[in-house]
Amino acid sequence: MTVKTLTAAPKPALGTVLSLLVVTWVLTAALAPSVLTDGSPTAIDLHATLLPPSWEHPFGTDDAGRDLLTRVIHGSRQSLGIGLGATALAFLIALVLGFTAALAGGVVDAAITRVLEVAFAFPALLLALLVISVRGPSLATVVVAVGIGSAPGYARMVRGQVLAVRQAGYIEAAAALGHSRFAVIRRHLFPNAVRPLVAVATLGVGQSIVWASGLSFLGLGVAPPSSEWGALLDAGRLHITTSWWLEILPGVVIVLVTLAVTTLGRTLQRRLEGAAR
Amino acid sequence: MRYLLKLLSAVAVVIAAASVTFFAQLAVPGDRATTLMNLQTGQDRKWTAEELAPLNEKYGFDDPIVVQYLDYVTGLFRGDLGTSYTQKRPVLEVIGGQLLPSLTLTVLALVVAWFLALGVTLLTVRRGRFLSGLGATWEAMTASLPHYWVGIVLLVVFAVQLRVFPVIGGTSGWGTVLPVLTLAIPLAGFVGQVTREEFEQVLAQPFVTTARTRGMSDLAVRLRHVLRHAVLPAVTLSGWALGALISGAVITENIFGRPGIGQVLVTAVDTRDMPTASGVVLVVATVYVVANLLVDLAYGAIDPRLRRAT
Repeated sequence: MTVKTLTAAPKPALGTVLSLLVVTWVLTAALAPSVLTDGSPTAIDLHATLLPPSWEHPFGTDDAGRDLLTRVIHGSRQSLGIGLGATALAFLIALVLGFTAALAGGVVDAAITRVLEVAFAFPALLLALLVISVRGPSLATVVVAVGIGSAPGYARMVRGQVLAVRQAGYIEAAAALGHSRFAVIRRHLFPNAVRPLVAVATLGVGQSIVWASGLSFLGLGVAPPSSEWGALLDAGRLHITTSWWLEILPGVVIVLVTLAVTTLGRTLQRRLEGAAR
Repeated sequence: MRYLLKLLSAVAVVIAAASVTFFAQLAVPGDRATTLMNLQTGQDRKWTAEELAPLNEKYGFDDPIVVQYLDYVTGLFRGDLGTSYTQKRPVLEVIGGQLLPSLTLTVLALVVAWFLALGVTLLTVRRGRFLSGLGATWEAMTASLPHYWVGIVLLVVFAVQLRVFPVIGGTSGWGTVLPVLTLAIPLAGFVGQVTREEFEQVLAQPFVTTARTRGMSDLAVRLRHVLRHAVLPAVTLSGWALGALISGAVITENIFGRPGIGQVLVTAVDTRDMPTASGVVLVVATVYVVANLLVDLAYGAIDPRLRRAT
């Protein structure tokens, strides 16, 4: 659904640069958190509980005196990992279903289309919650839940792409030149059908991070001692009436990262479309 | 005839959805009677076959799968969604009273989102670079905001700091304002993006120029001629949007402590009360399917061309 939207930001180049900065920051935080902070995300200081943001603690501290910025930085590995993992899983399912449906055609196609139709009857979050109620909340469950929740949409897209690309002249030409069916699929159909989806996948990572943190926020994802972003939000809810920063600031980080990933995804989409023309 | 087919396929989808929730209940690891016994007694141990026999008898866990399945699916048509593990009363009863507050919330949010989106579009499309840029940026920003974040900000700013609204609003009118806005703002951004694109294209159509040469005012052209075309894709989206709204409602009810099926669902998933969780998911799926059916019909009403074409 996010495919055909328009961004009319006054200076798209500036947005892309800012997004790259944000993504670089979050990747650094995920891969080498010690570059950005020398503190420990679990260092308790009972003399400095629930301090508002200051020079020393830019994001303030939580109810155990832990530095919130440090926790956000250390939580990015999990949040980003869940986002990437869930999107990868969703696309794996989508590619298998979409390609099978489009290439096999006939009864198989009809069956898969029906299955997807049923999957669409469940709003994505509910499908994810159903998976969690079966498996019980945990990190792995969140990845699977978000992955399954978003797979149907992608599967429909993949199927459409394959069907569209199959009509193209170069496919016909390749077949006419006597290349085997498998070779045509591998060398022409697959790359051309999948390429436009790279941008969609990028957008998907942003979505997955939001969903996964939403599940943790509900207390059904990753549990609080962890500093996964949604878990931070969940932990901060107890103090919402007194310590706004515990909720607002991790939320700002999630929003910024999602916006940055989305902006980059759209830039990528335009580039790919431009290249195709 | 066409409507009958659509209706039949909607029923088929609901039955298939019920099959999904039924098998989800079977997929839970471990023996169901044991899980149930542990849930109800608050213990965590193995039980002897004699102790579990009454439960197996009551819930029919020992029946062949086919019998259980048929029981479940036919039960739906009798309004029987099974029995809640934790509350020990029919799931339908557990959900029943909570459905209305959730529906009120989602429908109000949909209406508010439409007004917000159309208002911004009508006022800013092709009204100079600054205004249209502002409108488009606002839509792009709000469309990607997660519900929980909007909810938290509204809660902190308007309920905690400014004290304009209650922190826990219940279902009172005043307490419904923030939850509705929480759901409506991101959706308005999304709908706005779509109507804006369409609006721009329609404004360039010949019939718009014709209307203008007749001396029609700019506002009248927008309202009478362009609007009708521009809302079409957004109407299609509303069916999808309802799904997003229901997902959002689960989170919103949780933030504002508002009663509703979202709260029932979260509690049920948390306590592993499978029949209730499945029941809510199934009821929502049904509402969703029905809503999409209505959207289909609304589409024909707005665009007469489609009625003849199909």
